[in-house]
Amino acid sequence: MAFLELNNVSKSFNGHAVLKDVNLSIEKGEFVAIVGFSGAGKTTLISLIAGLLRPDSGSMTLNDLEITAPGPDRGIVFQNYSLLPWLTVYENIYLAVDQVFPNWAPAKRQQHVEKYIAMVNLTPAREKRPSELSGGMRQRVSVARALAMDPQILLLDEPLSALDALTRATLQDEVSRIWEESHKTVVMITNDPDEGIYLADRIVPLTAGPGATLGPSFPVEIPRPRDRKAINHDPHFKQIRRDVTGFLLDCRRDRHAAVSRTLVLPDVEPEDLSAPPPLIGGRRTAIRRKEIKREIVEIDA
Amino acid sequence: MSHYCELSKLTKIYPTPKGPAVIVKDFDLNIENGEFVCLIGHSGCGKSTVLSMLAGLNAITDGGIILAGKELTGAGPDRGVVFQSPSLLPWLTAFENVMLGVNQVFYTASREERREIAEYFLTVVGLGDAMHKRPAELSQGMRQRVGIARAFALKPKMLLLDEPFGMLDSLTRYELQQVLIELWRKNKITALMVTHDVDEALFLSDRIVCMTDGPEAEVGDILEVKFPRPRERKAVMEHPDYYALREHLIEFLEVHAHRNGRSAAAPQLPPAGGVRLQRSPEEPVLNPA
Repeated sequence: MAFLELNNVSKSFNGHAVLKDVNLSIEKGEFVAIVGFSGAGKTTLISLIAGLLRPDSGSMTLNDLEITAPGPDRGIVFQNYSLLPWLTVYENIYLAVDQVFPNWAPAKRQQHVEKYIAMVNLTPAREKRPSELSGGMRQRVSVARALAMDPQILLLDEPLSALDALTRATLQDEVSRIWEESHKTVVMITNDPDEGIYLADRIVPLTAGPGATLGPSFPVEIPRPRDRKAINHDPHFKQIRRDVTGFLLDCRRDRHAAVSRTLVLPDVEPEDLSAPPPLIGGRRTAIRRKEIKREIVEIDA
Repeated sequence: MSHYCELSKLTKIYPTPKGPAVIVKDFDLNIENGEFVCLIGHSGCGKSTVLSMLAGLNAITDGGIILAGKELTGAGPDRGVVFQSPSLLPWLTAFENVMLGVNQVFYTASREERREIAEYFLTVVGLGDAMHKRPAELSQGMRQRVGIARAFALKPKMLLLDEPFGMLDSLTRYELQQVLIELWRKNKITALMVTHDVDEALFLSDRIVCMTDGPEAEVGDILEVKFPRPRERKAVMEHPDYYALREHLIEFLEVHAHRNGRSAAAPQLPPAGGVRLQRSPEEPVLNPA
């Protein structure tokens, strides 16, 4: 049995199916990226794994134990950082360590917190409050807090989506480095196929909702450590980039083409508003080319 | 002299307390009727300045622009503009937002016809069932669809796009690029787009104009993109020239990022694969090791 296993998991809200028959097996130490559109149900999926939501049907096990509630064995990093604003970087992480390792001596806890602050390169900012940090730095605190709990699995819910492109790239490198060091099992949710390919061992696309489910796995067989520039030359990178993007766009398009509607586009020419306004008795009707256009347009059902 | 749109010796100078700042200098570009041209360059290189002068939203210091045989003097509905943020009026529905311009430009058409125009474009961009919602009820991507519909509905002589997909996630961006390119192809509207997304430029353009870094930005390099049309994402990405062109553009952007020594402090890392170069002073590198 795989380390994390989801069997036919379904979840709906008020009768609207969000996830339907989701199956996923993840081995220990694997880095899996789940890629999908905004609104497809990615966050619902991670909340189920985290135990923050209960599925309507199906089963979920982590290390052969059924997932029923949230617990420190699963560390989560949210897109919005979720740090306590009145605590410093150090205190935010200490709070988590304090909860998870209550039996440790204070010195050991302290040392443990320092270690993870150093891991995300935040030692110079340890006494700062979240409001004094940039988005990228806040997300590092969040990552350090999750790792400091020493979870069995790390759940990343679009951790880098709120960051600008350059910060995002820097943090991708950092996530990659930290993963190489810790070799935790990671499930990362992202809306960027390129980010998934750069970081993960395997990409699993989430089809378009409602009633979304996971598509086929795309293994990323690019040797590590990966070089951001060099992978552009890798034929495997090019192919997987094309395949994943193609799969996602296709499944979205299939949904769109459900109904067709006939539309009329009137054949009128725009008026020149910079020309002087027509005098009395001037032209009052639109210029036409006498070819009423009719078009059949497929729309979203 | 028979180009559809001519930008000649276009120059923009802002007066500053320290003396005049030359943002764009002697910028020359000719665009043919029906062409799709992308302007690519780093943030702050002056590409948006060029676009806003063409839109008539920014005064021209020197040089001039001729569009369809007439010199441009100000803003007008003959140029449709799509900005990075959709700039919709929040108290009007998507339909009413589009109608605002349609009523102005098609004042000689019947009420029925004007309604049909707005409905047509809103449906084609994929808002068939959401056109009577207000912007607050729409997602970011849907709002930008309204922006695209609004621009096309006025049948402009030229379409000006200023990083229209810059704030969308990459999958939504892919989708909207497809929407845009199909509308462009059907309506045969000349388009100029500013972007710093290399993949986006390659997918959409006939020609990519690379701008050197400002101040005194000018045309650095022009790339012809000859992928067959109509274009489909998968086919374009499979084209044997795709990655070579992509490489060329990234190279150009990197060379010009280093030329002025502006990026010496921060490493120029494109995000994995998808290369959107954006300079952000926000993230201090605390421990580069």
